[in-house]
Order: sequence, then structure tokens, then C-alpha cells
Amino acid sequence: MTPNDRRYTKTHEWVKLEDGKAVVGITDHAQEALGDITFVDLPKLGRTLAAGGEFGVIESVKAASDLYAPVGGVVSAVNQALNDTPELINRDPYGDGWIITLSGVDAAALTTLLDAADYESKITVRN
Amino acid sequence: MSYVANTDAQRADMLKACGLTHLDELFAAIPADIRPRSFNLPGAKSELEVLDTLDALSQRNYAHLVNFIGGGFYDHFIPAAVDAITSRSEFYTAYTPYQPEVSQGTLQAIYEYQTQICRLTGLEVSNASLYDGGTALYEACQMAIHATGRNRIIVDGGINPVYRKMLDCYTANLAIRFAEIPVTHGQSDRARLLAALDDETAAVVLQNPNFFGVIDDHHDLVEACHARGTLVIQSVYPIALAVLKTPGEIGVDIATGEGQSLGIPLSFGGPYLGFLATTRDLVRKMPGRLVGRTTDRNGREAFVLTLQAREQHIRRNKATSNICTNEALCALRAHVYLSLLGKQGLRDVADLCYAKAQYAKARFKQIPGVEVMETSPTFNEFTIQVPVSTGDLVGRLVERNIAPGLPLGRFYPEMDHYMLVAVTEKRSKYEIGLFAEELEAALRR
Repeated sequence: MTPNDRRYTKTHEWVKLEDGKAVVGITDHAQEALGDITFVDLPKLGRTLAAGGEFGVIESVKAASDLYAPVGGVVSAVNQALNDTPELINRDPYGDGWIITLSGVDAAALTTLLDAADYESKITVRN
Repeated sequence: MSYVANTDAQRADMLKACGLTHLDELFAAIPADIRPRSFNLPGAKSELEVLDTLDALSQRNYAHLVNFIGGGFYDHFIPAAVDAITSRSEFYTAYTPYQPEVSQGTLQAIYEYQTQICRLTGLEVSNASLYDGGTALYEACQMAIHATGRNRIIVDGGINPVYRKMLDCYTANLAIRFAEIPVTHGQSDRARLLAALDDETAAVVLQNPNFFGVIDDHHDLVEACHARGTLVIQSVYPIALAVLKTPGEIGVDIATGEGQSLGIPLSFGGPYLGFLATTRDLVRKMPGRLVGRTTDRNGREAFVLTLQAREQHIRRNKATSNICTNEALCALRAHVYLSLLGKQGLRDVADLCYAKAQYAKARFKQIPGVEVMETSPTFNEFTIQVPVSTGDLVGRLVERNIAPGLPLGRFYPEMDHYMLVAVTEKRSKYEIGLFAEELEAALRR
């Protein structure tokens, strides 16, 4: 089930507002398509991203995929646990598998993104 | 599997099974206007005639010259065991180890080769090899560019000019800027190299020993580069690593080099062996194959190709390189050679090379007209200056059965009177003495 408490991009990232900051990760559909995740190339703290900007690469045994910022902001935290345990993304993509946090985001920007229902219909149509 | 050609009867049977009578009918789908009208081939030769033809061709080679040519590729001794072990069909015919379950032998051999390169260079990770030292140098530059996000490379003038040409060729259509800093008295010019550094410099490329045979301790350059966020790439001669400070010891980020000296014949240009080793930080930027050691689901030790998401068949346009192969057989030869010699044996080879080169220098210094360039220390290769064009001199000495060295005018027009002489453990005192005598005689004329 696609969580209702957050928004989604066409490129399979999710974004959720927490304490005024935007937490970003990838969806369950994305982690399953990628397969066993082996490495996440995380951005440096303090980097400024525009909405849609590429902020990292996620590697699995069979692919290397770019990660795109759902909204603009400044990288205020990265999930260091992913360095040793990248499989967190496979196990818990919406929780412990979070990837980065952005500060200085425009909360209104989230409303332009897909909600859970839109995202689900998108991935169902694709199937 | 034995190879026995099909008989006419077998061919006729196969055609009959296809409902045809002539071999030409198999090509009926190809339009007549694009079929060849004739093949400009001479008549077939018998086995004896073929052997005679090839024999005549081979007579045109100068295969028995006493070899003092270096310039990156050296006439070292190859023990017979190297051929014997690597020509075993299990190794010789093995294909790319994409299926680890049927390739444990190949994978283990490559893993051991990688370990030896790490020990030689003093660095943490080595790949499964690349085409040659020049390709490896180019790949190292790409790693630095991707790792730093900068696009300028400073190249020391002591880099092999052949490698320099390769770098230009590979990067002709890329937005990479090169700056070359000439050597001074044969050595890296610290003042000019450091003055050339800027915040756009991804890497400084050094060579040790350099093209002129000069050895150096680059640790000061490494420190200065790192202070500017610039990486250091060092191209090295593996035999010399037995006696010189290793790249790892001085903090070099990426070490590359030519492995031909490790049990691979000169073969008029190849196949050769590029090696590349680096720090753990840069492992994900490293191109080519990488063998790792792990355990299977039954807990047994096993070897596999690993970190494959670096490679271009998975990473595609985000990869640092399009290389997805290695020189498996050459890497195996290097592995066998190093295993046979061991640490002490390799050290002995290096000591002999150095000692014999020193003897050659001493003999040459006594020849009127010969100046041995001695402003900087050398390993087994050194530069001499003579009053004549060394291109001509080489021709005269070849007639006396000696390949005296590389005439530097070929690479640097202003160095027409200079020659690069290399001495390996294969050169006897007698051969060196003969060279000195012939050189003296040639200059007197």
C-alpha cells in the first residue's frame, strides 16, 4: 500500500514534510524494480538542489539509477546508515530507508506532486 | 574436440536436407548487385609453399640483436615455466568469467594477480587489468575527472611521449584541458608544476622512473597537490617497484603502468598489460573488471566479478569508461612470473638491472664524444649525448648486431643527438663491453 502521508514524483521518489524539513526516499515499486541495492552515492551536506535536480545515484546488482529532488532545497541530512546497510531501502523504503533531508523547502511545492492515489494509478497503468 | 573438415558427401547430405543442390543456393537471398563479382586472391599454396613464404618473411626481421631498447617496454628474462603454465588449456581457452560457477580457476588467478599489484604498488585495490600502460593512464585521468568534478589535467614532461599521444587521441572530442610541464635536468620541475596548479585541476600525472630513466621521490608534490584538492596519478615500472618507494608509500591516489616486463614478450608491440591500482575511496570510479572474494551459500570460499554496477554495460553513460574487458592471459603471465620470482627474486632482478646499468654508464663515460646525462639519478635506463644524429648511429650499430637504444630525436626534434639506453638483467658484462667497443668504433668513423 502506498502511504497517504506523503507525495510522489514521476521518477518514483517520495517526499514527506517533517519538522519543516522534507524527507526524501524511493518508493516500494522502485526498490522492487531495482532489486538488491548495493550502494547509494549520497550528496554532500549543504548542497543546494533545484526541483528535479539530480542528487545521487542508487546502485543495485543490475542497474545504476539517478535520484531526483522532488522539491528544491538544501541538503541538511543524509542517511549514513545506508553506507553500511544499503539494503535498508529494500526492507523499509518508506521508513528506515529514507535517503536525504532537505531544508528551506517551499511546502506549497509539494502540492504539485502526485498523491498516493495518482502514483498508484501511474504504476498500475505501467504494469 | 578435434577439427575434421566436412567431406563432399557430408556436404551433399546437408544440402539435400535443406532441399538444395549447390552451396551457392544458400546465398540466394543476397541481391545479385551486392554480391562480390570476384575475389582478388592468388592461387592456393601447398603447406610447404606456405612455410617457405612465411620463412622468407621472417628472415626480414632482426630477431637476434642484443637489445638495449627501453622507453617503457623492456627485454627481461621470461622463465620457461611461465609459458608452460599459462599454455595449459584450462587457462588458455577460458572465456570471460561471467558465470562464476564454472570459472573459479580463472577468477582465483585474477584475484591473486590483483593482490600482487596491490602489494607492488602499495595501494588498496587493483582491477583485473587493462590493455596497456597508456590506456591505464587515460583511465586514471577519467577517474580523477569524475571524482573531483574538475576537467584539467597537468602532465609532467617525463611521461612517455607515446602515452602522451594516446591521451591526446582518447580525449580529442572531450572537454578536457591538458597542460604539459617540461622536465628540468631530466627531473620533475617542482616550481613550474606547482605554479600551474589551480582549482580546476583534477590531477597531476607523474611517471617514475620517467621516460628519460630518471627516478624521483614525488611525495612533496603529492602533498602540495592534495592541499589543492588535486589527485596524483603515477605511472610506474613494475620491476623498479622492488627497489623504489611505492606509489602507496608516498600517498599517490592512482598508480598505473605497463606490466609487459612481468613475463610478457616484447612481440613487436603487444599484447601488453595495463595495471591500475587505487585507494578504497576511489574504487567505485575504477573502470574494468574487478574480482572479489566471498563465500557461497554453503559457506565455501568463492570468487566473483564484483562491483559490476561501475561498468558500462550496467552504468551506461554514467560509467567512467567503456572498457568492460581485461588482458586475462597477460595478467596470468604476470601472476605466474611474480609467483615464480617471489619478493626476493624480483628484488634480485631489479638489483641486477641497476648494477648493470651503472656498469654500462661507467664504460660509456670513457668513450670520447659520449656524454652520459648524470644530473639526476636513474634506475636501469639513462640518456647519453653524442656528436652525431642518434637515428644514424642506431642504423650503424644494428649492422653490428646491436640495438643500442631509442633515438630521442624521434620524439623530441631538439634531442636528435640523444639516445635512451636500457639495461636489463639479460645483458651480460660481455654484451655491455661489446656495445661500448662498437659505439666507440662507430663514433670514430
